[in-house]
Amino acid sequence: MSRIRTAPPRYWLVALAVIFFFGLPTVMSSYLASEWSQALILAVAIMGLNILVGYSGQLSLGHGAFMALGAYTSAILVHRYKMDFLVTIPIAAVFTGLVGFLFGVPALRLSPLYLALATFALAVVTPSLIKRPDKLTGGVQGILVVQPDPPQVAGNAYSAVTGTVMTSDQWIYYVVLFCALILFWLAWNLARHRPGRAMRAIRDGEVAAAASGINVAGYKTLAFGISAFYAGTAGSLFALSTGFVSPDTFPVSLSIQLLVGAVVGGLASIPGPVLGAIVAYFLPIASSQWVPSQTWLPDQVTSTVKNAGPAVSYGAILILIMMFAPNGIVGLVKAGYTVLNRRLRGVSDPKSGQMPSDPETV
Amino acid sequence: MQEFLQLVLSGIATGGIYASLALALVLIYNAMGLVNFAQGEMAMLATFVGYALITRGMSFWIAFPVTLVLAFGGGIVIQRVVIKPVEKAPVLTLVIITLGLATLVNGLAGFIWGYLPRTFPSPFSSDSVDLGGVFVSYRDVGVIAVTGVVLLCVYLLLQHTTVGLTLRAAAHHPEASRLLGVHVSWMLALGWGLASAVGAVSGMMVAPVLFLEPNMMQTIIIYAFAAAVLGGIESPLGAVVGGLIVGVTINLAGAYLPGVGGDLQLAVGLAIIIVVLILKPNGLFGQAAVRRV
Repeated sequence: MSRIRTAPPRYWLVALAVIFFFGLPTVMSSYLASEWSQALILAVAIMGLNILVGYSGQLSLGHGAFMALGAYTSAILVHRYKMDFLVTIPIAAVFTGLVGFLFGVPALRLSPLYLALATFALAVVTPSLIKRPDKLTGGVQGILVVQPDPPQVAGNAYSAVTGTVMTSDQWIYYVVLFCALILFWLAWNLARHRPGRAMRAIRDGEVAAAASGINVAGYKTLAFGISAFYAGTAGSLFALSTGFVSPDTFPVSLSIQLLVGAVVGGLASIPGPVLGAIVAYFLPIASSQWVPSQTWLPDQVTSTVKNAGPAVSYGAILILIMMFAPNGIVGLVKAGYTVLNRRLRGVSDPKSGQMPSDPETV
Repeated sequence: MQEFLQLVLSGIATGGIYASLALALVLIYNAMGLVNFAQGEMAMLATFVGYALITRGMSFWIAFPVTLVLAFGGGIVIQRVVIKPVEKAPVLTLVIITLGLATLVNGLAGFIWGYLPRTFPSPFSSDSVDLGGVFVSYRDVGVIAVTGVVLLCVYLLLQHTTVGLTLRAAAHHPEASRLLGVHVSWMLALGWGLASAVGAVSGMMVAPVLFLEPNMMQTIIIYAFAAAVLGGIESPLGAVVGGLIVGVTINLAGAYLPGVGGDLQLAVGLAIIIVVLILKPNGLFGQAAVRRV
């Protein structure tokens, strides 16, 4: 009991977040549930990118390509080999992880700038690479993935709690949530333990890390593999939740969306990707719904804003965040919490050692 | 053989377009050790400005230099507003910022001009001239001539003028240049302006071939990356040679390699980037970087 009472505030936040995400589909429409599962999928992919960029300091602009690989692996296994979708998720994840691991080997030789360049080129080429083997991938048409009905047990449990019948969108939401929880828990453990420390040491100074006995090449490729594993899982879940994959579902802008999410939420943090994903997913939707609802604007303006809005807002956000808040939302909250703590409890500033002014007079 | 020569010649023409964009990348890389992911989008925006001038009744040959001057000014403004405040930031931050800039410029162009592809008037006639059995279109000859003149101008500017000398000095030894009274920060801005103008040339030359729309440069920038990497990213001469090689290679691969054509030509660009980076990361003309650790 005393362990619960003395738990640090972040544990309470985690518990709140888990309850929030579990309860979400019971209070909203089936359509909204599928939107939230998309946001959670994005969060998983961003977590993968975050492990690579935030923790190990390697910039990838082509994570959409790994998502595409995971999505197509699942879709092909389901469509051609009639496998159960849930079985294909770990297969797609492991396969994409292996490819990412292999991709990480030549990436070791590249300077960060060249790595960014090569992965960006990969992201641009991905749609045309997918189109080519059209016997396997269905070419431009893509592949339809049949969405599974919720199993009896889950459906009954859901009906018992809410009194309504579980739709397949809601079932998919819970599948996504389950995967996301496991992967975030793993990422949290990874960040706190030896691999996470090693990756951060490499990010902050490769030579110093090597001198301390860290296997630099090993951990850098490992980061690539783990990151691709996350992206592959996200891709597989993406195919499940949209019920459809085609080359145009994985444009360059998807990779940019992932980067926006990682940067906005806060690099090298665990809650960052969730917050970043929510912003990166709902911002364009919100803006493209809000603008057309303004009836005083002429039609031509609203239709252009609908098309150009996401690009403009993503670009502006990337630049502004990098300029003014390089640690994203999480960094802002942490900084705010520190200031608050200092004011309320009279803790000195760790950097300057200066005591705060009297709380009564603030 | 005739077909081969024709493919090589038209490859050189498109190669010149890639070369100017690659040269723009090299100019900025030399100035601040950064690959500008927004270079293609900046060129696209300049091309739209040129299009607006031409549709207002200006002739191509007046609109062309006016656009270059405007692009030059635009490049300086972008450097002052977006890049200067974060000059000292780590390279990853800068890369993300230029990527944000690319997305922003792309969206702005879409916002102003929409996403419908437009035909861009070509200043050259589409007839061909017979050069000893090889048919060459005036358009290809014109593109080769224009890019050749522009590249020559940049070479003369950098190597034979005082401005060029200070520009290079500021890029290579900022501290020493500052002590000698060079305004290093403004020289960087000048470098951005120059790169933006050179990039605009590629946009104005490629627009009559492709249709003009906000995503026009997305494939061209990949070829320009390939050209810059192949030539060695800090070498202006390398960018030009690399551009020509990439242009010819892609043309030949599209014609002779089975299965490569249309979309997959872009994959050839990716393949060039990856092969060069793995086998010879300094490119053809680059020098091996020596690092003190």
